[in-house]
Amino acid sequence: MTRHPHVWMGLLLWSIFSQAQAAWTVNMAPGATQISNAVFDLHMTIFWICVVIGIIVFGAMFWSMMMHRRSTGQNAANFHENTRVEILWTIVPFLILVAMAVPATATLIKMYDSSESDIDIQVTGYQWKWHYKYLGQDVEFFSNLATPAEQINNQSAKGEHYLLEVDKPLVLPVDAKVRFLVTSADVIHSWWVPAFAVKRDAIPGFVNEAWTRVDKPGLYRGQCAELCGKDHGFMPIVVEVKSKPDYEAWLAERKAEAAQLKELTSKEWTQQELIERGDKVYHTACVACHQAEGQGLPPMFPALKGSKIATGPVADHLNIVFHGKPGTSMAAFGKQLSEVDIAAVVTYERNAWGNNKGDMVTPKQVLELKQAESQ
Amino acid sequence: MSAVIDDHGHADHAHGPAKGLMRWVLTTNHKDIGTLYLWFAFSMFLLGGSFAMVIRAELFQPGLQIVQPEFFNQMTTMHGLVMVFGAVMPAFVGLANWMIPLMIGAPDMALPRMNNFSFWLLPAAFLMLVSTLFTEGGGPNFGWTFYAPLSTTYAPESVTFFIFAIHLMGISSIMGAINVVATILNLRAPGMTLMKMPLFVWTWLITAFLLIAVMPVLAGCVTMMLMDIHFGTSFFSAAGGGDPVLFQHVFWFFGHPEVYIMILPAFGAVSSIIPAFSRKPLFGYTSMVYATAAIAFLSFIVWAHHMFVVGIPLVGELFFMYATLLIAVPTGVKVFNWASTMWQGSLTFETPMLFAVAFVILFSIGGFSGLMLAIAPADFQYQDTYFVVAHFHYVLVPGAIFGIFASAYYWLPKWTGHMYDETLGKLHFWLSFVGMNLAFFPMHFVGLAGMPRRIPDYNLQFADFNMVSSIGAFMFGTTQIFFLFIVIKTIRGGEPAPAKPWDGAEGLEWSVPSPAPYHTFTTPPEVK
Ligand code: HEC
Ligand code: HEM
Ligand SMILES: [Cu+2]
Ligand SMILES: [Cu+2]
Repeated sequence: MTRHPHVWMGLLLWSIFSQAQAAWTVNMAPGATQISNAVFDLHMTIFWICVVIGIIVFGAMFWSMMMHRRSTGQNAANFHENTRVEILWTIVPFLILVAMAVPATATLIKMYDSSESDIDIQVTGYQWKWHYKYLGQDVEFFSNLATPAEQINNQSAKGEHYLLEVDKPLVLPVDAKVRFLVTSADVIHSWWVPAFAVKRDAIPGFVNEAWTRVDKPGLYRGQCAELCGKDHGFMPIVVEVKSKPDYEAWLAERKAEAAQLKELTSKEWTQQELIERGDKVYHTACVACHQAEGQGLPPMFPALKGSKIATGPVADHLNIVFHGKPGTSMAAFGKQLSEVDIAAVVTYERNAWGNNKGDMVTPKQVLELKQAESQ
Repeated sequence: MSAVIDDHGHADHAHGPAKGLMRWVLTTNHKDIGTLYLWFAFSMFLLGGSFAMVIRAELFQPGLQIVQPEFFNQMTTMHGLVMVFGAVMPAFVGLANWMIPLMIGAPDMALPRMNNFSFWLLPAAFLMLVSTLFTEGGGPNFGWTFYAPLSTTYAPESVTFFIFAIHLMGISSIMGAINVVATILNLRAPGMTLMKMPLFVWTWLITAFLLIAVMPVLAGCVTMMLMDIHFGTSFFSAAGGGDPVLFQHVFWFFGHPEVYIMILPAFGAVSSIIPAFSRKPLFGYTSMVYATAAIAFLSFIVWAHHMFVVGIPLVGELFFMYATLLIAVPTGVKVFNWASTMWQGSLTFETPMLFAVAFVILFSIGGFSGLMLAIAPADFQYQDTYFVVAHFHYVLVPGAIFGIFASAYYWLPKWTGHMYDETLGKLHFWLSFVGMNLAFFPMHFVGLAGMPRRIPDYNLQFADFNMVSSIGAFMFGTTQIFFLFIVIKTIRGGEPAPAKPWDGAEGLEWSVPSPAPYHTFTTPPEVK
């Protein structure tokens, strides 16, 4: 080690330099798809056009500011029009813009062609997480922010992917045309992954289409790009692109998990087991509004600690969690969580923070409610 | 000509201003009302600026330090609303009130009582809007664009007060605009043909028509929100058969002309200031007028460039991209004309000229990023990132705000009768210039690197530029208190200003003494 100090010095310098590079990024990245590369090229072309025009116009202005000052003894000329020049500088910019519009149009047409996809995925925005559903595959899940609250509140060091990490990433196969059907369950969100040059608004009641075909396996990160309320800054997107065999293996695993979950519903649960599971569910699905100690953020988000509903009849409690409260941000979790998770979180809420009701809701009860609804 | 008017203005003391507070409450004098508008706008500028300081303080470092996300959203929303409707628009109305009658040789605005009313609506509207910050549940938190359903189904209770405030501001703007149109079309001095009017008058005439056209659209938009919230309609709610995208179409049909409302009067002012300090007539007066009209017309057919990612059909996308690119042509013409006006002039750089030249250069930079945003496929990467925040601050701060500063320094001698302190003015300029660029240029970088707008916290990769940006913002913000000091100093004393303090300046306003008497042009001047 000590024999090659210059190597170590070099590595050190390189690491500082490359880190500095990352922190001081000044430009868009070309990305990982053909489309994103085409977009990057458009971006650079129009950028250089602007630079050239800027140099000419600002150059002329700086020239006047230097050479045509009164302090240099300059007498003002008196011209104030010149039809030929004026026509010229109307027509030339017009032609430049036409030249720019041509490649932009071509790229846009490609971006809009979402036909003949290999895989269809429904992307649904929720306050404040994403839901992914592999159409025709019986695989669906939520993707939540994974950065711990301590990092956000500066109680522990921030990781490299601070705010850009999730519990379950969206998984895609490499080199396949994936179509996204983007929608929302509440307010407008926008699903954006810069490396794919895909940004589509998720609008309640509408289904927007977008597509991508990723060239290289890897992890790609993005964020919600439309103000969607309190935690708009905290609903990242992570896409893991795998080789085809890995993707198939992953898909099979997810399907097995889904089957297992069905079994869990019929299992006999103890109260303690439900509370333990409910603790986790609460801290991913409910904590954003009702807060870690159940204290809520009144008046926007009510406290659950000691609340009338969380300490009242079980049926009412289950009902509000299952159906939500229309017209407020309390969503119908019956559509979002599994039977087990709903039973667990309700049981948890009834027994946490001194609510101490001592009772429980079983997954079977939730299933019955669900079945009664669908009849 | 001016001698005649002087005598008249001072001969008749019965026409002087009333004494005390009631002078300001009841005044129908265009100069008093102009002054009220300008002071109101400046206080709103400081208020909106202090909200921006809260935003920049929170974004100084990654992590949540000073405010919670809920309050952060209220700050961005209030900052945007206060700056747009409270600072920039009233400042331009103030300039119009002061200068349009002086520039066209009119004794006052055409509708003086309505003028008083349209001003006094504004403090009421903003008192109501800002007070919502102190209510339970907080103030508006859905961005100055208040997209439904975030601003309807999911809004805090205070949204109703927000809607009422917007209505009041809208009524005020419409009345102000009608007044401007009536004044310009009816009260011009004999010989002041339309094509002899200073460009500030022209750009304001066109701005007034834009206001009359789009403020009712905004009013319709918030009324539909009100109905959705309180009366069970579903204009913007998909669950009831409505359409959240309709909201955006209606909003931006108002919103895009609105951004030109915030810049056209500045174009006009700068078109007087640059010739004055270049000692050379404005290059291409006629093409300036036509370019302004073209911009105003095109501003009605580009609104969906704010909606490139909402999923409008391909043809729609292409149409709005082409129309937006087209608007760059008349804008370019204006910039080329200003540059040619300076060419072979005899330039000096007093404070108004410094602000005006910075206006041309920095506004053009905002125009360039606007051109980039117009390329729809590239906009998929820019939309709703800090690149957009950089873009609109480059057109609004060195555009609208520098235009207003340039106007203020240019006409302060006429308003107060004193010269401002040139050294302090230049210092104000340079601190603003450096602060503004430090604050907003790095926003281009973080935006391109992928930082979304309207977020209270961000990944570490954006940390360095955000810190630079915050430092620049604090510098720019503090400097504006210094401007307040300069203005007060000028009002209270200083070298007496002659009727025409700038040797290269043109226009009727310089034919009356400084400070301009309470009543001017009671007999119309003769324009050759
Ligand atoms: C997006 C914010 C949000 C999230 C996330 C959320 N809630 Fe709520 N919740 C609300 C709001 C708002 C209300 C009040 C509704 C009303 O006006 O009655 C509420 C009310 C409730 C109530 C009734 C409280 C009372 O006393 O009125 C319960 C119980 C409840 N939520 C449980 C949950 C559970 C369990 C979860 C997680 C699975 C959850 N909430 C997630 C916003 C949220
Ligand atoms: C004092 C100097 C200013 C600073 C430091 C500043 C800073 C900011 C910042 C950081 C944002 C982005 C907030 C976010 O997206 O999270 C913002 C938004 C905005 N600013 Fe400024 N700004 C300043 C002056 C102005 C002026 C003069 C205007 C205009 C007229 C203006 C109009 C806006 C608007 C319309 C928004 C968008 C608000 C929204 O997202 O809803 N700003 N400003
Ligand atoms: Cu969001
Ligand atoms: Cu626009």
